[in-house]
Amino acid sequence: MNLEIWIPYALCGSALIGLGLYGLLVNARLLRRILAFNVIGSGIFLLFGAMARRSGAPYADPVPQAMIITGIVVAIAATALALGLIVAHARAGGGEGLPGDDAMAEVQDDEGLDGMSDGVSDDVSDERPEAQESQR
Amino acid sequence: MNWPLIALVLTISLPLLGALLAVASARFGDWIAGVIAVGTLAAAIGLLFFVNAQGAVTLAVGGWAPPLGIQLIADGTATLFLSTTALIMTIVALFSARSILRRGRNSREMHLFWPLLLLLWGALNAIFVSRDLFNLYVGLELVSLASVALVAIEGSRRTLAAALRYLLFALTGSLLYLLGAVLLYTAHGTLDLGLLAAQLGPDDGLALAAITAGLIVKTALFPFHVWLPPAHAGAPTPASAVLSALVPKASLYILLRVWFDAGPIETASVAMTFLGALGAVAVLHGSLMALRQQRLKLIIAYSTCAQIGYLFVIFPLAAAPAVIGTTGADAAWQGTVFQALSHALAKAAMFLCAGLIIEAVGHDRLDRLAGTARAMPMTMFAFGLAAISLMGLPPSGGFIAKYLLVNAAFDAGAPLWSMVVLIGGLLTAAYLVRPLAATWRSPKDDPNELPPGFVDVARRRQLLPMILALASLALGLFSLLPVTLMGGRP
Repeated sequence: MNLEIWIPYALCGSALIGLGLYGLLVNARLLRRILAFNVIGSGIFLLFGAMARRSGAPYADPVPQAMIITGIVVAIAATALALGLIVAHARAGGGEGLPGDDAMAEVQDDEGLDGMSDGVSDDVSDERPEAQESQR
Repeated sequence: MNWPLIALVLTISLPLLGALLAVASARFGDWIAGVIAVGTLAAAIGLLFFVNAQGAVTLAVGGWAPPLGIQLIADGTATLFLSTTALIMTIVALFSARSILRRGRNSREMHLFWPLLLLLWGALNAIFVSRDLFNLYVGLELVSLASVALVAIEGSRRTLAAALRYLLFALTGSLLYLLGAVLLYTAHGTLDLGLLAAQLGPDDGLALAAITAGLIVKTALFPFHVWLPPAHAGAPTPASAVLSALVPKASLYILLRVWFDAGPIETASVAMTFLGALGAVAVLHGSLMALRQQRLKLIIAYSTCAQIGYLFVIFPLAAAPAVIGTTGADAAWQGTVFQALSHALAKAAMFLCAGLIIEAVGHDRLDRLAGTARAMPMTMFAFGLAAISLMGLPPSGGFIAKYLLVNAAFDAGAPLWSMVVLIGGLLTAAYLVRPLAATWRSPKDDPNELPPGFVDVARRRQLLPMILALASLALGLFSLLPVTLMGGRP
């Protein structure tokens, strides 16, 4: 069978996107969700890189490569922020998931299952000494 | 010297430079932010007058024209968004300076707030003048990351959970948008909206659907709004003002640009009706949820969910066959831009009022706010003025927005959409009267008594939300300049 070189890569990228979406939907643990985002992102980048060869020219279109690099940088920054938040959330007493997620019921059975309408603490005043110390 | 181009470059580069400086010397973040805010505000207003006098300002970055390079275009609509953003950011910076400084020059807030605020400002400005899908993606991600970090600034468990939920939605939205942009590049070989304009057709349905879905997740349109109320109500109040007033407008702005500069609106009427229907549900659902809240900041946050709904009524109106190429389409466009700008000003004013109330009373529970209006009349007057604009009473900017949208609905032969606008106005009045009534009421035993634990707030700071509320009224009173600038449907 005469496959063009970019087709397996594009299929692989698409499969990664699907896999990541599945992981995002079924996992309630925050860390796994962030991993799922990275899988989706990798899939999109792979798909994009493969499509750059689609024109049939002997060389690949360089514009997608430039964008993929930028996209990877953005993804790293977002992942770093997400991981930092997850660590801070866990240290502040939150579990591995977010309160209010049904799928988290078996992972985390503390009191944190409050509805959206009171998803914010009572003490929103500007003075919050406990906020500072909980952050170390 | 090419002053318009310099002003355009400064509106993006000054806030980004300020963000770097504020990281480098966090102890002087407030001074840096002050200087940068004055400079950027001047550049944005200067640009507004240049564009008004001589038309859109275009800059091909590095001298490379599209499709190789990236073009920045400041047209009338973009400069209106730039100026509104500059006004709100400047007021928010003035408002925050004191409350953050109270915690000392080495506090966590000092290190985080100023760099994030300036980064967010630079990213918003970059979005308003970009016309390249990938450049817009980078701007969108910068906006999201800065916003999420602003929500998390307090570091308590609940705000961290709100920030994480926000981040999950924002990342999903970004990935969908990126997928759509990738598909469009693969099909057409360019990401410049101007070049894409003539090429998009029914074959691009999947790409446009992915972009649209990603952007409405970021705009918090129903049913993707669940992240917004806890995030916006949990953030520090000056940050809430910026997040609620400006951040959803950035993704909406991209959505409008994609569909109105390049998208085949006329052939996608079913999808457009669907977007409008989501907007209508958002108006109803957001308003009803706002009616049920017991805390001022949550009422204002749910009100944002509702007000965002109006911004989507433009899609079915612009796609209606009766309206294409007529002044009805222009009215829909102008009404939507008016709604975005006047909501931004009024919502920022409201959040700053809520911040002052929390500073003075220590909480924002409606049932314990009796007597507040007597103690701080100027703040509650500003709140009332902002409420007038949100309800759409004349002569506010919100009134002009609703008037234009209702007109467009009748021109389009679809008066049902005008019902959305009118019922939404009534519901807005219903949920905003509650905080007004709660603060105007006197405490039961003694009519002269102040709310318990009341601490006076400086008049100077009470003036700041007043300026924003007056600006949202002025938008209606002096509507000729903005209408001229935003022009007709692009």
